[in-house]
Amino acid sequence: MTVAYHRRPVIWDIDYDAPAGELIAIVGPNGAGKSTLIKAALDLVPKVSGEVHVFGQPYEEQRSRVAYVPQRTSVDWDFPVSAQDVVAMGLYGKIGWFWPVSRKWRKEAREALDRVGLADFARRQISQLSGGQQQRVFLARALVQQADLYLMDEPFAGVDAATERAILQVLRDLRSTGKTALVVHHDLQTVADYFDHVLLLNMRLVASGPTTEVFTEENLRRTYGGRLALLDQVGTRLAEGQ
Amino acid sequence: MQRVGARPTDDVCQTKSIMIHEFFQLLSGWSSLDTAIAGSAALTAMSCALPGAWLVLRKHSMMGDALSHSALPGVVMAFLFAVSMKQAGWISEAQKDAFLQVFLFVGAVVVGVGTAWLTEWVQRLGRLDSGASLGVVFTAVFALGLLLIRLDVDDVHIDVDCVLFGIIETAALQTVPGTSIPEPVLVNGAIFLINLLLMVLFYKELKLAAFDPGLATSLGIPARGIHYGLMAVTAMTVVAAFTTVGSILVIGLLIIPAATALMLSERLKVVLALSVGVAALSAVLGHVLTLTLPRMIFSRLGYPTIEDAGTAGMMSVTAGMLFLAALFLSPRHGVISKLIHRLRLGQKIAGDDILGLLFRFEEQTAIRPTDITVPDLVAKQNGISPWLMSLSVRRLLRGDYVSRQTTGELILTERGRESAKSLVRAHRLWEAYMAKHFELPDDHLHETAHRVEHFIDDDIQNRLQTELESPEMDPHGKSIPEKTEP
Repeated sequence: MTVAYHRRPVIWDIDYDAPAGELIAIVGPNGAGKSTLIKAALDLVPKVSGEVHVFGQPYEEQRSRVAYVPQRTSVDWDFPVSAQDVVAMGLYGKIGWFWPVSRKWRKEAREALDRVGLADFARRQISQLSGGQQQRVFLARALVQQADLYLMDEPFAGVDAATERAILQVLRDLRSTGKTALVVHHDLQTVADYFDHVLLLNMRLVASGPTTEVFTEENLRRTYGGRLALLDQVGTRLAEGQ
Repeated sequence: MQRVGARPTDDVCQTKSIMIHEFFQLLSGWSSLDTAIAGSAALTAMSCALPGAWLVLRKHSMMGDALSHSALPGVVMAFLFAVSMKQAGWISEAQKDAFLQVFLFVGAVVVGVGTAWLTEWVQRLGRLDSGASLGVVFTAVFALGLLLIRLDVDDVHIDVDCVLFGIIETAALQTVPGTSIPEPVLVNGAIFLINLLLMVLFYKELKLAAFDPGLATSLGIPARGIHYGLMAVTAMTVVAAFTTVGSILVIGLLIIPAATALMLSERLKVVLALSVGVAALSAVLGHVLTLTLPRMIFSRLGYPTIEDAGTAGMMSVTAGMLFLAALFLSPRHGVISKLIHRLRLGQKIAGDDILGLLFRFEEQTAIRPTDITVPDLVAKQNGISPWLMSLSVRRLLRGDYVSRQTTGELILTERGRESAKSLVRAHRLWEAYMAKHFELPDDHLHETAHRVEHFIDDDIQNRLQTELESPEMDPHGKSIPEKTEP
């Protein structure tokens, strides 16, 4: 898969096969294309080339099995809705067009909020939640989708300790029920503790595999040791030349 | 009217009652035409409020501005087409109006989707921000419309004033053939109902596409399609509103009711309902004020009476006034509620300071002065105004935190002592916490702790205590009071 913004490739020729039923960290420096990888997989940004298969089928046919947790800052938290409303949004695909959110769905939303420790905050307007609580609302929204594959963009970014524990607990619950999660992660200290697999990314796939084998100092140096100058140069040519 | 010896207040009262009398007298001339105008205005405003609310919620308010301007060439083209088809003899005069309506509708959809698409295209290709690309697109397209008006093809006379500001008074006179229903009531009322139906049907999808288009797309709900759909509906609504309020004032009707509603509620359904309510209110109130205000004000200032102040304009002014009122009265963002909140906080802090000082007198870590009362001392030390201080003292007395001795001195009651103890505890725990984690000389700790102590509740006190392993002394060697078990 290759993805470009304004014709300049952001990630080059990623070829990755995620192992099912594992917690996988996507790790790399700023500008490495971590978020872009997730967004392109979900068709949120156009791909230059490549395709995405989920459990052996094209992604388009498997949408309902994939849940997405975007970066917390990607939405307007002053929007006049409650935490429960936001969680219920994860159910809209199942509810279908035109139908209102009935009591049954609202109950599901509240249960998901309970799972992330926010049962008491269901009716709270979302701007009145702390950053960590907002992140947990997003997580609850992904949970109600009852997907098999979870793509999360920096869920641990800037959250309090309680939220970090809650998210980790949810991730482990997901793994124990056979779900797969691909998580963009920025905290190198915790990668080995939290994740079984790791995908090291810096404009291209640097290395991937079990954390114990791949998350080595040598690989990290290759990932974080600056961008590949030639890749940058050719990218610029592509952007100008076409 | 001036009675000899009357006090000035009587005079004021009398003027007031005369004005109220005049107001109702002017209103007593309310005719069926006024009902038609107010009804047309209300339905136009209500039809605009719904798509407008979504524009505001999506932070696309400028799009309303853009659509109302770029709709102009669409409207002119529709007229030109209809007229030239009639001139070519393809359709009869009677059919012309029907065709015109269809062309207007199609034109609106084209304009709506076209403007949205063109803006995105300019933005992407020119790498401009959305404001700049909107500015490029809508002014250019609007100017094109003005040029088209100048074409002035034979019997197509489009009055620029009418397009910009509408002709609600004249429009309300036109009735639907065979009935007594004013035309705008039917047209704008129908648009309002269509919008209402669409917003009810697609409520959930609109909400998701507005809040998180990424999630919508990943769930298979076409956020882009909804965006373009909303643009088409907005353009249609705007074009329908041209006859009544014109292309400039319609922008206010799209945006102001929603902005007002957002001041008053944080629940989406309430916001939408309020938008429609504010729209209707500003229309009806706008017309009432058009009938009364200019005559009442201008005649007093010695100007000739204005017979015909435009309802469309007054409607927008009224909407603006309602927004201003909401801005002051809003429960959460309102200027007044913020003032009250600050006053309450100031009162609490001043009261806390008194309690803390009285507690320190009791434990003899501070010495009670003889030449100044405690409230005065606290006020002097912290720069608190005397009236806020007296409010705070009254609050303490009323809440039974302190009592006043016969000498006039304040002393702590049992309740006040508990409250003060918690406060001093918070203060000293925070000092200990800072001494542990901050690189600061000991004499720099007090000031911060003094500022922070009011906000450290039992929960944080407990956590501080755990984190500091239950210290007995603060960094200055003063004992940290034990927490009293309830």
